[in-house]
Amino acid sequence: MSLVTILELVPLIGAGLLFALPKGNTKLIKQSAFALSLATLIVSLLIAYRFKTNVSGMQFVESHSWISNFGIRYAVGIDGMALVLILLTTILTPIVLLAGWNEAETGRWSVRTFYVLMLILESSMIGVFAATDVFLFYVIFEAMLIPVYLLIGGYGRGERSAAAMKFLLYSLLGGLLMLAAVIGIYIISTNQIGGTFDTAKLATLQIDSGTEDFLFLGFFIAFAIKAPLWPFHTWLPGAAKSATPATSVLLLGVLDKVGTYGMIRFCITLFPHATKTFTPVIIVLSLISILYGAFLAIGQRDINGLIAFTSISHFGFIVLGIFALTSQGLSGATLYMVNHGFSTAALFLVAGWMVARRDSSQIADFGGLQRVTPVMAWSFFIAGMSALALPGISSFVSEFLVLVGTFTKYPVAAIVGTTGIVLAALYVLITVQRSLHGPTTAGNENLTDLNLREKIAIAPVIAILVVMGFFPKPVLHWINPSSAATMQAAGVSDPLPKAGK
Amino acid sequence: MLTSPNLTYQLLAPILIILGGALIGVAVEAFVRKGLRARVQLTVALLAVIAAFVQLIRIRDQRSTSAAIASFSFDGATVFMQGAILVLAFFALLLISDRGNFVAQASAIPGSEDEQISISSGKSQTEVFPLTLFAISGMMLFPAATDLITLFVALEVLSLPLYLMAGLSRRRRLLSQEAALKYFLLGAYSSAFFLFGSAFLYGYSGSLSLNGIADAIAGNSGNDIFLLIGTIFLMVGLLFKIGAVPFHSWTPDVYQGAPTPITGFMAACTKIAALGAMLRIFYVALAGDQIQWRPIVTVISIVTMLVGAIAAISQRDVKRTLAFSSIAHAGFLLTGIVALNQSGLKASLFYLVAYGFATLGAFAIVTLVRDSSGEVTDMNRWVGLGKKSPLIAGAFCLFLLSFGGIPLTSGFIAKFSIFTAAYESGNISVVVFGVLTSAIALFFYLRVIVMLFFTEPKSDVVTVSVPSPQVSFVVAASVIVTIVLGVYPSLLLNSAQSFASFLR
Repeated sequence: MSLVTILELVPLIGAGLLFALPKGNTKLIKQSAFALSLATLIVSLLIAYRFKTNVSGMQFVESHSWISNFGIRYAVGIDGMALVLILLTTILTPIVLLAGWNEAETGRWSVRTFYVLMLILESSMIGVFAATDVFLFYVIFEAMLIPVYLLIGGYGRGERSAAAMKFLLYSLLGGLLMLAAVIGIYIISTNQIGGTFDTAKLATLQIDSGTEDFLFLGFFIAFAIKAPLWPFHTWLPGAAKSATPATSVLLLGVLDKVGTYGMIRFCITLFPHATKTFTPVIIVLSLISILYGAFLAIGQRDINGLIAFTSISHFGFIVLGIFALTSQGLSGATLYMVNHGFSTAALFLVAGWMVARRDSSQIADFGGLQRVTPVMAWSFFIAGMSALALPGISSFVSEFLVLVGTFTKYPVAAIVGTTGIVLAALYVLITVQRSLHGPTTAGNENLTDLNLREKIAIAPVIAILVVMGFFPKPVLHWINPSSAATMQAAGVSDPLPKAGK
Repeated sequence: MLTSPNLTYQLLAPILIILGGALIGVAVEAFVRKGLRARVQLTVALLAVIAAFVQLIRIRDQRSTSAAIASFSFDGATVFMQGAILVLAFFALLLISDRGNFVAQASAIPGSEDEQISISSGKSQTEVFPLTLFAISGMMLFPAATDLITLFVALEVLSLPLYLMAGLSRRRRLLSQEAALKYFLLGAYSSAFFLFGSAFLYGYSGSLSLNGIADAIAGNSGNDIFLLIGTIFLMVGLLFKIGAVPFHSWTPDVYQGAPTPITGFMAACTKIAALGAMLRIFYVALAGDQIQWRPIVTVISIVTMLVGAIAAISQRDVKRTLAFSSIAHAGFLLTGIVALNQSGLKASLFYLVAYGFATLGAFAIVTLVRDSSGEVTDMNRWVGLGKKSPLIAGAFCLFLLSFGGIPLTSGFIAKFSIFTAAYESGNISVVVFGVLTSAIALFFYLRVIVMLFFTEPKSDVVTVSVPSPQVSFVVAASVIVTIVLGVYPSLLLNSAQSFASFLR
């Protein structure tokens, strides 16, 4: 059994074990869930340690026949890109469990159910990044919506069931379009090489260009809804406002990365010609996302809504980097996925603590927090700086790589994208100024600062943001071979620098 | 000189056993005393179904087209469909045996003194068991019959008991009788259409057997107008039985009015029989004429999906919602006919079983949700059921998710395989419409789930009655089948694959 399978099983079996614990003993349940997520983290670190950077292709491969009638296999394996995203998952899960220690108490159902769902979600997120069989990927891609739906609808705030429903319907619609495309590519493989869902084999198919465009769109729209890219983003703000901080972090930080991950893994690798056809349109959409997300973020009054719209802007950058189809752009986009994961985690967690203390999510209700709760304020400040990609913080590296990678091919797009950075400064600094600085707003005088548990939870996130800002090399070491492989599969190479320019 | 006809009793035995059981049931009605009757009837019926199934297993590898003077084809598809009907009927019988669903005395006028007397005397109509067996025998014959007259006889044998059974509801009897009458009148019409179509096909080919029609089409000898008219009229009769648009309007009324166990039996087993017959007619007899009928079936399939899914959204009654969901599923199942290839047959077989179990389970749960005056099917009163009885509500959600085709349920694999077959045959438009309709359909399945789990219950809550052992057994079996076929579908896909063949 491959270590990756073990990594999927630890939280899944753990979720089953939680059911054996008494329902009333919430403390024991929380501690066990946290311990299980730490165990998962340790296994993932072991995988990272054994991962070889000089080998191209998939590692930790495992493959068994699952549904033989359709040539469906349980096939897993990871490359550098999958590895960093799995690490993002396994690092963030214990952090959000620790950070949101008490947020399951206000739900519709028991605390136990919350942790069971969280662990199932962790397992399926690992599975979705590790799957190398398109059908297996699709099954997990769809099945993981259910725990998220229950987490938003059962433990969220405000209009939680409406937001959860909107999220689910959007995602399922995208998923069904993808199903049509999955069926299509399977039939083509049946005609050419015998029915298979193996990603590597599917990449060798000869598809006529009309069909390829059709299949590409099936996959792309599903991923664009997931990512979310303008104009498929409308489910996100509601979900982000209603979900608990822990769910929001996993949803925006990790789950949405499945969209951008899928664009690289499936859209580009399987349909290189269609990718080239649609690149101009997608680049325009990503630029609109960058600017639209940024503008709406400036106008937000709700702090969770603000983070949601900044994410739309950041996902625009990721998609831009991907479809620039340069190795810098791809590596930058992959690194951006990781950085955005940690950056959103920091923002949502600190914002969640602020909201819980103040019992309001309106930015206007905060003010002068720097004086009352210095640690919380500084944490939020650093998280904000990572959102605007301040040099020295990890987001800067990835944003820079994306823009450089784009500029070599599409200078105009890169220039337009750069204005997104200016707007980012605007929405972050305005929020920081309103909520942290100035005189303390009435009602905020007695807020308490972060307690020890919260400090322990936020410390690793901030440490990662800063360390990776100065030293992104180890992560890029893992990512670069994957980017090169994707470039090769797409049949493109980096443009050569032109003399005199 | 007369030669004795070749009947091959061995191959007909499963049907004959069921018919025998039904006749014993009629005798039981006459000779066994009232108090014991229900129990004896159930035993006889279950034993007959089990015996028929055992016989079917024993002869599963035999293949013959000559049985019953070549009007009955014993091939892979027949074995699979008869087996599926028997298994589902076994569970349906358990549901039917649950107390309090059937009228005390069907002949008593609703609201009359007679009715009061019959209710207070503790009577219950037990003829429903032999009637069910008669219906089962017709259902088993329908997908196996290879000539138009046998098909018609089977159609009537399966329909007539169902008309009657639809009117036997213990509560809301007027609604039930109305449903029965509607079903009977429209059913009789559709049978007439079927017969009319048969006559035209006979006029076209000079033969009543499906093979003869296929030969005539291959030889291109007859009048094409007759063929077209015959095909269309035959189709009307069959589409009525599976509840496809535009012949679907009886479905919601009958599903709502009939006693819930009967609705479950009808939804699960009639679909197999009618779709099985349709598959055989189109795959065997009319395959050569596909240029004419395929576009028609394609359009009907798409329209059926859309109407079923869209109309379901506005329903307020659980049974009507399930009825419209069954219409949508009839649309999905028709894509298996449009596919017209071996994968299509395999996928249809799998789909029918997966759908049958989920449907039976769903209706079993409907029988459990009650208040003082009986079953509650108004969806507004199901609100918050998840809080009161999470297990039952959870099982209901599982069936709905399976209807919706969410991965890791049997419904997903069924949908996936049937769309794959349609795509393989080049009918990409059906697939695209299919996935879009699935999205619409998901909306109303999810809406029910939201009502059960995410809405705070109001004051007049319903109770979930403690399920009797047989109902719990049916629900549990349906849950297990739905999950197992979702996670490890090879168990059934392999046998569907090996049995997916029609003999000519």
